[in-house]
Amino acid sequence: MNFDTLLLGVADGISYAGLLFLVSLGLTLIFGVLGVLNIAHGSLYALGGYVAASLSAFAMRHAFDATPWLFFSLVVAAMLVGLLMGLLLDVLLLRYFQKRDPVIQLLVTFAVFVIFEDVQKLIWGTSPYAAGEIVSRLGTVELFAVTYTVYQIMVIPGIALASYIGLNFFLKKTLWGKQTVALTHHREVAMAMGVNVKKIGALVFVLGAMLGALGGALAVPVSSLTPGMGAEMIVVSFTVVATAGLGQITGALITSLMIGLARSMAVYLLPEVDVAMPYIIMLLVLLLRPNGLFTVAQSRRI
Amino acid sequence: MSQALLRASDVCLAFGGVVAADHIDFELHEGERLAVIGQNGAGKTTFINICTGYLQPTAGRIVFNGQDITGKTPRSIVKLGMGRSFQLPQLFSEHSVQQCLEIAAAARGGRLSWLTSLSDSVDQKEIVETLELIGLRQAGHELAGELPEGHKKLLDVAMALMLHPKLIIMDEPTSGVSSQDKHGLMALVMQALDERKVTSWFVEHDVDIVSRYATRVAAWIDGKIAADGDPQSVLSHPKVREEILGVAAC
Amino acid sequence: MKLGVFSVLSVLGLLAIGVAFPWTKTMLIIGLCYGLSALGVAIPARSGQVSFGHAMFACVAAYAVAFLARAFPLMDGVVLIVLATLVGTLFATVLGSFVVRYRGIFFGMLNLAVSMVIVALLGKLYELSGGTDGIRVPRPVFWGLVTERSEFETMLLFMSCGIALMAGWFYQRFTQSATGQALGGLKSNETRLEYLGISAHHILWVGYAWSGFFVSLAGAIFALAQGLVTPDMGAWTRSGELVFIMILGGSSHALGPFVGAAVFQAVKLFASAYMAGVWQMLLGFTLLAVIALAPEGIMGAWQTYRNRSGKGAQP
Repeated sequence: MNFDTLLLGVADGISYAGLLFLVSLGLTLIFGVLGVLNIAHGSLYALGGYVAASLSAFAMRHAFDATPWLFFSLVVAAMLVGLLMGLLLDVLLLRYFQKRDPVIQLLVTFAVFVIFEDVQKLIWGTSPYAAGEIVSRLGTVELFAVTYTVYQIMVIPGIALASYIGLNFFLKKTLWGKQTVALTHHREVAMAMGVNVKKIGALVFVLGAMLGALGGALAVPVSSLTPGMGAEMIVVSFTVVATAGLGQITGALITSLMIGLARSMAVYLLPEVDVAMPYIIMLLVLLLRPNGLFTVAQSRRI
Repeated sequence: MSQALLRASDVCLAFGGVVAADHIDFELHEGERLAVIGQNGAGKTTFINICTGYLQPTAGRIVFNGQDITGKTPRSIVKLGMGRSFQLPQLFSEHSVQQCLEIAAAARGGRLSWLTSLSDSVDQKEIVETLELIGLRQAGHELAGELPEGHKKLLDVAMALMLHPKLIIMDEPTSGVSSQDKHGLMALVMQALDERKVTSWFVEHDVDIVSRYATRVAAWIDGKIAADGDPQSVLSHPKVREEILGVAAC
Repeated sequence: MKLGVFSVLSVLGLLAIGVAFPWTKTMLIIGLCYGLSALGVAIPARSGQVSFGHAMFACVAAYAVAFLARAFPLMDGVVLIVLATLVGTLFATVLGSFVVRYRGIFFGMLNLAVSMVIVALLGKLYELSGGTDGIRVPRPVFWGLVTERSEFETMLLFMSCGIALMAGWFYQRFTQSATGQALGGLKSNETRLEYLGISAHHILWVGYAWSGFFVSLAGAIFALAQGLVTPDMGAWTRSGELVFIMILGGSSHALGPFVGAAVFQAVKLFASAYMAGVWQMLLGFTLLAVIALAPEGIMGAWQTYRNRSGKGAQP
């Protein structure tokens, strides 16, 4: 195992971490504000991917095949999917079950996930989709005498970071963002002061959904779309969210990097456990800090 | 002078900048009925939480019944003979009144059965007696979560009593109860405690209740005990009158 | 009719079906295994702790059967089941000692994580476990007899029915016991439990160990019934199915998980026969419908109906 392979592992890790972060960000945001652990997030990821693939295939066929168009179609696909599905799920389902036990809410999102697994198969079939066109278009870059694709090492992490910064700005500087924070940490006070719970809830859910779908759309050029992709991504995202601490945004960034790197490095160093790395890390962390790495103290109840 | 049932020495606890317990020295003797008064946020419940093991003090020692209980969990402290009721009644809301008492009775026994049903594993006579004592005989099958506030408070106290404690700590036993029911509730509780010779320590805001039922009063101000003694003298102490009772200085 | 009597009659009915239609036997045994597993999941679930990784115990026990059968080809099937169940229960007891320190989502996710690690390891360690293809389990000597496929299945069916009845009996007694009721109290108020001197950790551990026992037992039987053990016996989707079955049937009575398993198998069968490719969708919608309309599951709804029509609760 030489230095070059190590660097490749790191590059893979950063790219994977970027996708992981986008999905985990949506997940942790939704949990932090709405208290729901949304398993259907995996479906949003997959849907974002499939729609993006279809849209870019459509664009290519109709001579919109300049790189910016392709890229645009990816992102637009994600936004649309996230917006529509997010609104749909929030209005039709979450509102209806919002007073129930969190475990019940989790099962509701699990049911939705399971339904979408078949919806995907019905619409797009079960054979893998590939749409790597944009990766080759953007070319490669050389660092430390090893070649990486620009897409992997700059585009994905770049968008992930931009989302992080954007979200932080939104939460700290905009009115709606501040209301969201208020609702998360001091729900009753916020409601008493007139924060519109339904509106903010819908906003957050849609935002989270869009991030998840964006992750899926961006994943299209670097992985093939198969029916199980949503399932795999959602479970690993959980480990990120649980390890970082539910609702911790910066924590999710750091943890995504940690787990993404560990997973990718393991492929080269410890292939027997590469798939299990995220879970092993989560187990170790939770053993030492039962509420996640970055969780703050809880307030007194009695 | 009998050995103190509970002695706290130099107990301190701060939450960030807020000093909730400021070098508290405190003693409680068997047979006493101690009322604790003070403004909200003065540290009355925090001190109870420390003595019952829910919070760890940053300094100080607490000895109960001859044993050092500093740093112990509520579970082990309870087993040494300390019972507690809460500001917000802590009941098993999905269980019936009877079942709540049965669980408490089973807990006293130490080992919980795996196959014998709950009702068969406890002394039903005692359950019935306790229900009579707190006047909830007819409400035995009602769900604890659906009881009116006063009954919830009674049940909370009764569950603690089922453990046959030496000391019972009651955090605002009459708060949330209508003024006409307060005295009735307190009378019932105190009668039950007297019959079983249980020392009591209760936090109370109602001065009438305090003067009628307490043998001793301790006043908490800003994490410290500002006055401690018989009800008359504490209730007429100038600082107490000013800061707690809200009577303007003349 | 008392539910206990109904249970016995149902079991007799199952046996009758199995004898009359020999091709249904394996399906019935597998249904009972699902029901038994869901019963196991229901025990900690009653205290509010829903595990999303319990299928791992079935997987561990099944692989124990496979390893033992491979090492000792002449071992009786009954001994295989007993030993494998022991292995699974031991694993659950050890794992339980620290997993029950967690609550809610974390409890669910931790169980999930452990199951994922196990499934991943079993999938990768080809030399030991046969990888994702799994290990075949040839039909063993059973109750001292060498049998044909059909006889073996009949005996396994009878045995499974007996085990299901005993498990149901235990579940009823356990949930009504002091420990069982305290576990219910844990769900509503863990602080109060501690302030009564009851160790939440201890009773959860007991419940978890018993739940591991039942799921392991189901897994061991399943291994013999299917004749093959594969890593995806422990997959998180399987664990999810167990939770679904428990919710569908309801956990207020031992019959619930078995009823849930029966409906689940029926839906799967029906869907694969007439609407192949959408059975997951059907499952999802059924789960939503149950959660929305009958949150206590089929048994819960039935018991509510009986209480409403004044017949009173029947044990």
